[in-house]
Amino acid sequence: MRRAYRELQGLFAVYKPPGVHWKRVRDTIETRLIQDLRSLDRPPQPEQVRFLLGSGEGQDPSELTLTATNVPVLAEHPLVKGPPFPHLKVGVGAHLDLPSSGVLILGVGSGNQLLQRLKSQHLSKEYIVQGVFGKATDDFSDTGRLVEKTTFDHVTLCSLEKIIAMIDGTHRKALLTYAGIDLHSQEAYEQAVAGLLRPSHKTTPLITGIRCVHFDPPHFTLEVQSLNETQQYLRKVVHEIGLELRSSAVCGQVRRTRDGPFTQHDALLHSHWDLDKVRAAVAEAGPRVWAALRCARDVQPGERRESVRATNTESAEHT
Amino acid sequence: MQDRELQRHSHKQSISLEIAARNIEDLGNEMTAILSEAKHVANEMAIPAEFKTSRRRKRPRRYIADLDASDDHDQEQGRSNANFWLVARSWRLPARRYTSSGDKVQPADEENAPKHLLPFEKQFQQIAQLSLQDCELPAKHPLENITEDEAVQINAEPPLPACSNTLKHYVEQSETLRQLVLLGVDLSKLEQRPNVGNMLIRLDFEKDIKEKLLFLKEVGVLENQLGPFLTKNPFILTENLEDLQIRVSYLKSKKFTNTAIARIISKAPYLLNFNVERIDNRLGFYQKELGLSKQKTMNLVTRLPRLLTGSLEPVKENLKVYEIEFGFHKNEIQHIISMVPKVLTANKKKITGIFDYVHNTMGVPHHMICRFPQVLNCKLLRIKERHLFLKYLERAQYDPSLPNYVSLDRLATLTDEVFCREIALATVKDFEIFQKTL
Repeated sequence: MRRAYRELQGLFAVYKPPGVHWKRVRDTIETRLIQDLRSLDRPPQPEQVRFLLGSGEGQDPSELTLTATNVPVLAEHPLVKGPPFPHLKVGVGAHLDLPSSGVLILGVGSGNQLLQRLKSQHLSKEYIVQGVFGKATDDFSDTGRLVEKTTFDHVTLCSLEKIIAMIDGTHRKALLTYAGIDLHSQEAYEQAVAGLLRPSHKTTPLITGIRCVHFDPPHFTLEVQSLNETQQYLRKVVHEIGLELRSSAVCGQVRRTRDGPFTQHDALLHSHWDLDKVRAAVAEAGPRVWAALRCARDVQPGERRESVRATNTESAEHT
Repeated sequence: MQDRELQRHSHKQSISLEIAARNIEDLGNEMTAILSEAKHVANEMAIPAEFKTSRRRKRPRRYIADLDASDDHDQEQGRSNANFWLVARSWRLPARRYTSSGDKVQPADEENAPKHLLPFEKQFQQIAQLSLQDCELPAKHPLENITEDEAVQINAEPPLPACSNTLKHYVEQSETLRQLVLLGVDLSKLEQRPNVGNMLIRLDFEKDIKEKLLFLKEVGVLENQLGPFLTKNPFILTENLEDLQIRVSYLKSKKFTNTAIARIISKAPYLLNFNVERIDNRLGFYQKELGLSKQKTMNLVTRLPRLLTGSLEPVKENLKVYEIEFGFHKNEIQHIISMVPKVLTANKKKITGIFDYVHNTMGVPHHMICRFPQVLNCKLLRIKERHLFLKYLERAQYDPSLPNYVSLDRLATLTDEVFCREIALATVKDFEIFQKTL
């Protein structure tokens, strides 16, 4: 039981189904893990030696002797003390709102500290966003109150890609300003070329990459790579794409396919939320998480990336 | 999070120690007898009473009662071994025993006892009075030589805490708690409920608990179920045995069979705490609201006894929802309830969600839902995923008149493996891949 608990500590990803609150996912997993842990073998109940007073066999009843017996300590009985693991520390990474689905990172026990460190790495997330032309609603999703209906015959793949490129460009410029790097330096150019530019602190939502994977009017699907976003922001982007194309669009499905080092492939479905599968997932994800934490040193707010990079290259030259 | 808050709240209501032992009167008399003797001797020999040795002790000094200690005095009075000498006598806190049950707070033979005091207040008053009368008996010096017999009988247990949040400090000493644990009662759960811990410590196993347990066994509750029963409803131990018997005989008069009564009482532990009028009202309510015959109502209640002990408002609301919001006819509702009684106590939001999806999105008409009411008891997520999978495979066909018909109950209740193999005609892996695209 103790070994199972030790092997649970770490990070793993689950697939959050649509229509379920993220907190309910976390609570379900906590309850399930506790249940499974309690069903494992427990250490034996502690015993104590008690000296009982009584008359020995065949002796005078007035003659009292003490006999030593091993009796279980009643105060340590599970019905008195309570079952082991009254609670389990399960933490959640980046939230997913109610209608969205996808990869949700959870941490157990000491893995919760890794969650914080992973957050400070500012790793990007990938989403598949489905949109429908022709309608506009008040909350930008297809279940909201209808505000207007428009035609969309004039919308072509070419025009859609133009708009997407425009969005891409504006966000890239924003990324440069937030990167905290001197734009006229060689390091900045190399990082930008390699796509390693990252903001040094918490920013507004930034889209690092966006492309159209499927276009079948009125339906279209976008693949979005972003930082510090919320799912409602992505729905707003779909709405704005509709407006830019002189039509209107609502967002159907927002699904997270990757969150940092965890992909959809590693995420556990709700039918697999039990102790063995979670243990295996934690063990499998361990090396990848440590690699992601090591890849870029944590930048303090105000510290410029260039100086960090300089020290790294210097140390690399010396060794 | 909510659990933790509840725990904190209940821990604030700490259990005060009830020093329990023999009858107050006996001890009082004994103490006064010893006092008078000590005073007499002191007066004779002109030595202050506190320096007298314990020559006048009638029995060997005993600090804490042992489980098997032979005690003539106690055995005369027919008491069990584990008397409640919870605190050393030499510490001048005379042990007291509380009479059981919330009703009888003061024993009947105490005429002069002031009625407004709680039991432990009265005893503290008596202790104060005794100490005022200078009842200090001389204590034995710790390094003084004692006989072998006396040495063997010394049993120095650590002192019990006066206040505690848990029952585990008292379970070693208290015979009642020990027997309850051996029965299977979950004390860790009960100590979190307010006032239950106090009540259990005050009770006496031989006097009160045993007869109630024998009564429950007689009624038909299984032996291994007695522990869980008491964990759910510890307050049955404070009920009068005659009242309990009246209620069971009332159920028998309503023509419930013995097995039915046993099942009802096992599954709804709080029922025997209700008085006859209340049980009658509830049975009448179900008969009137559901419009079923007497026999059918009895069958329904036997199948789901918690209908009788649960709140009636949600049931009324659910019935209204079925009639008005969903649009089922009266006979359809009766059929659904007789097949799946649980829908009466189900969460309104949940069944509304399921019905909305099944009827509007999946397009299943009322009479089909009525034929398979298990679908209302299922999880919405499950139904959604399976329906979307079948739709993707173009096998979502719920009309029995057309070919490739999929029945609702199989959709809702089969395991994933069987569902994929027989209905979807795909592998479980495909289903999982599909679930990750939702």
